[in-house]
Amino acid sequence: MSSLQHSSLFQLTLTRFRLFLREPEAIFWIFIFPILLAVGLGIAFRNRPADILQVAATTPQLTQVLTADKGLTASTMDEPTGTHALATGGILLLAIKTAEGVEYKYDDTNPDARTARLLADRAIQTGAGRRDAVQADNQLIHETGARYIDFVVPGLLGMNLMSSAIWGLGFAIVEARQKKLLKRLVASPMPRWQYLSSFLLSRLVMLVIEVGAFLSFARFVFGVPFRGSVLELAFLCVLTSLSFSALGLLVASRARTMEAASGLMNLVMLPMWILSGVFFSASRFPAIIQPVVRALPLTAAIDALRGNMLQGLSLGQMAIPVGILLAWLIVPFAVSLRIFRWR
Amino acid sequence: MAWPASIYIGTMAENWIHSRPNAEGKTAQAEAPSLLLRGLRKAYSDVVAVNGLDLEVMRGECFGLLGPNGAGKTTTIEICEGLTDPDAGTVELLGLNWKTGANELRQRIGIQLQETQFPDKMTVEETLHLFRSFFKQGIPVEESIKTAQLEEKRSSRVGGLSGGQKQRLAMACALVGDPELLFLDEPTTGLDPQARRHLWDLVDELKRAGRTIILTTHYMDEAERLCDRVAIMDHGKIIALGTPQQLIGSVGGEHIVEFALNGDLTVAPLLAIAGVQSHRVDAGLHQLSVSHLHTAVPAIFAALADQNLDLSEFRTHSASLEDVFVGLTGRNLRDE
Repeated sequence: MSSLQHSSLFQLTLTRFRLFLREPEAIFWIFIFPILLAVGLGIAFRNRPADILQVAATTPQLTQVLTADKGLTASTMDEPTGTHALATGGILLLAIKTAEGVEYKYDDTNPDARTARLLADRAIQTGAGRRDAVQADNQLIHETGARYIDFVVPGLLGMNLMSSAIWGLGFAIVEARQKKLLKRLVASPMPRWQYLSSFLLSRLVMLVIEVGAFLSFARFVFGVPFRGSVLELAFLCVLTSLSFSALGLLVASRARTMEAASGLMNLVMLPMWILSGVFFSASRFPAIIQPVVRALPLTAAIDALRGNMLQGLSLGQMAIPVGILLAWLIVPFAVSLRIFRWR
Repeated sequence: MAWPASIYIGTMAENWIHSRPNAEGKTAQAEAPSLLLRGLRKAYSDVVAVNGLDLEVMRGECFGLLGPNGAGKTTTIEICEGLTDPDAGTVELLGLNWKTGANELRQRIGIQLQETQFPDKMTVEETLHLFRSFFKQGIPVEESIKTAQLEEKRSSRVGGLSGGQKQRLAMACALVGDPELLFLDEPTTGLDPQARRHLWDLVDELKRAGRTIILTTHYMDEAERLCDRVAIMDHGKIIALGTPQQLIGSVGGEHIVEFALNGDLTVAPLLAIAGVQSHRVDAGLHQLSVSHLHTAVPAIFAALADQNLDLSEFRTHSASLEDVFVGLTGRNLRDE
């Protein structure tokens, strides 16, 4: 037997790997699920040609004029039918022929309906003989890095780093405590710091696989850009994972049952799923809660990941989110070491 | 009519606390006891679990803490194992204590806890390698597998083991560090009779190897079978201490005669019979403590016939630790 096999830190870390790899569900949630989610979102938000908007008019003449616009497809309906179609989302706008001219019926809080209003009016006015006062030409760009998939990949990466660290640490520790394994380990000469370190070590190795798989997929299937330093991106992933591991440790430091731990973990993660800008920008939340939103570790992590990947910012330019992540690493770790229940 | 309890408590503590069975023929006087407890107390919010406990266990001894559930056995053994801090009292193991010698002690003792569940997805061998890695010195994993007779299960996952096999794995984990002192907390609770006997053989083997063993149990047959000395605990105190034979002898007779009657018994004529020590009634059964069965039983039959009473049940058994406990507390060990 080699001396490595005699090392308790090695054996403890090996144990973590064995237990993880023998849990097929965990492998699904950590490796497969984020990729499936990215695929789903990539399909849902793929770049399509500009939408053709559905509209209707009350007379065949109007319908013909509207159909002439490339951005619109029109049908003829009487007013009650058209109103019903508006209400059920079948059409975005109904053009009603009146004695004076034309009246548009649409929902002005719907951006698509507002666009339909502009297109329909332009088509009708042009059809009636209006000429543009200024000559205008279009130059179309479809830039990578500005698409939704580019925006959401760093968000999913941050969310995945959070879930795998908190679930991975929290559940394993509380399960060991509930099954009295923790007590048995403490009754042996095992150094306690090695037990906790084994989680971090195994987490770091798993991180390479899990982040590597996810980002390669994003790069080669969706062409998501990597504008910043890859080394700094790796550092950010490690920092994020360690911060959430510290939080997972804190969540698991007292809980005696899986139920209690599970509730606590959801309590910790739910606000971040909602507020931290995984799927849409966190700046959309009202100014009054922005300080809270900004202080969340997931917001900081995602901001930093997006800064690196999409904007090519260096660590120095992202001192604030990196500082927030460091604080979330140090404080929960220190607290949990003090209050950890070893039996 | 109760049995006099005082005779057991007073005499046991004085007579047997300093007796020193000696497994390896070493000079007992030169050695510190493997375990020394003085004035141990531990109270939880609702109950006093250990209430002033003194105990010495000698090197090479197999010592049993016997008592019903809730008697304070587990609290006592966990204080000894350094897992629970006592409210008062001193604990000394192998001449060391938990305040200053914890790291060395952890290396030198072996522990099997009552309800540890090892991870289901690890194999027997992997679990033992893990535990072996915690100890600076110890026996090869191979040897612990052999001792616990888990050779055929070495590559099986823990989740697939039977209750008895899991318990033997727990013993193997306690053994990999080649401990001088071994703590076993209710090692056979919940096992079927065959698995229990199997585990007893394992403990026998460890005894033969000269290890000091301290075990708790609420099975008196287990204590009788395995232990050199036994302390009977109740309500956080030791109420009797000695070898199983001494304790059983203290009941007053080596045999117990039990019978049931359809009628009321006048006790005095029975107690007058030579060899009959005492009488009590337990759940409608009359129990006599008897020393000379072959002369006493015919006399008992005659005395019952004199009172025109019909026997509906009659049996005798050798007195056991159960009878000692019943005699001391008026309760059965298995009452919960």
